[in-house]
Amino acid sequence: MQVGLEHYLVVSALLFCLGLLGVITRRNLLVMYMSLELMLNAANLALVSFSRFNNNLNGQIMVFFIITVAAAEVSVGLALIVALYRKRQTAHVEDLTTMKL
Amino acid sequence: MALPDILFYVFAALTLLCGVLVIANPFSRNPVTSAMFLVLTIISMAGLFVLLHAFFLAAVQVLVYAGAVMVLFLFVIMLLDLKEEERRKIKKFSLIGGLVSVGAIVIIFLKVLVAAKPEANASAPTLEGETAALGKLLFTQYLLPFEVVSVLLLVAMLGVILLSKKDLK
Repeated sequence: MQVGLEHYLVVSALLFCLGLLGVITRRNLLVMYMSLELMLNAANLALVSFSRFNNNLNGQIMVFFIITVAAAEVSVGLALIVALYRKRQTAHVEDLTTMKL
Repeated sequence: MALPDILFYVFAALTLLCGVLVIANPFSRNPVTSAMFLVLTIISMAGLFVLLHAFFLAAVQVLVYAGAVMVLFLFVIMLLDLKEEERRKIKKFSLIGGLVSVGAIVIIFLKVLVAAKPEANASAPTLEGETAALGKLLFTQYLLPFEVVSVLLLVAMLGVILLSKKDLK
């Protein structure tokens, strides 16, 4: 069976779901952040495969921008996590209950 | 089966396997292990990009993600002392909730995929994601977003410097 668009889309969907599962189950901020990266990458894979199978380069340009924005997002997010750790000495979402009633 | 098809299955299996090991490694709960498997996931995904003839994006993926972003992650993991992570257990409630919601989303995805039948109107792909074509598009049609993104990177840099100053006042 020839590998086509749907094969890539299945891989992308499964990877997205893995990332979502990681965000929901893991309680460590850093691992949650890595799972978010996994989800972004799954979207990138879907966009590149659409671009390839529709003979249209715009999808790849989109992925290029997503990678750039993801790099900026990671740097700001990690700086926030470091600032949080300095204040609270924890990187666990369960310990951050200030807004809980 | 042709060689690209075999390579697709190899890279896809590698990507998914390493993805599983990022979120739930049975041998180690250490975030460093997760980060290392995330690097492997990203590199095998670059292999998938090469199979999709997106050569420039494969290179960018390895350089930016596996290089810059993951080094940043590892720096922060080393900076925060996360020894206690290994003692914590995954809560049963969150695991069940996560599996149920993710299973629902998997079902939705597969139903959409079956309903859309992307194979039906697909022609043989002829697109080559070569760097020259991509660069030409980037500097003509997408010039404004390109400049905006460069400003965004500058803003992110300033933000990070401000956030990581010792006395945030």
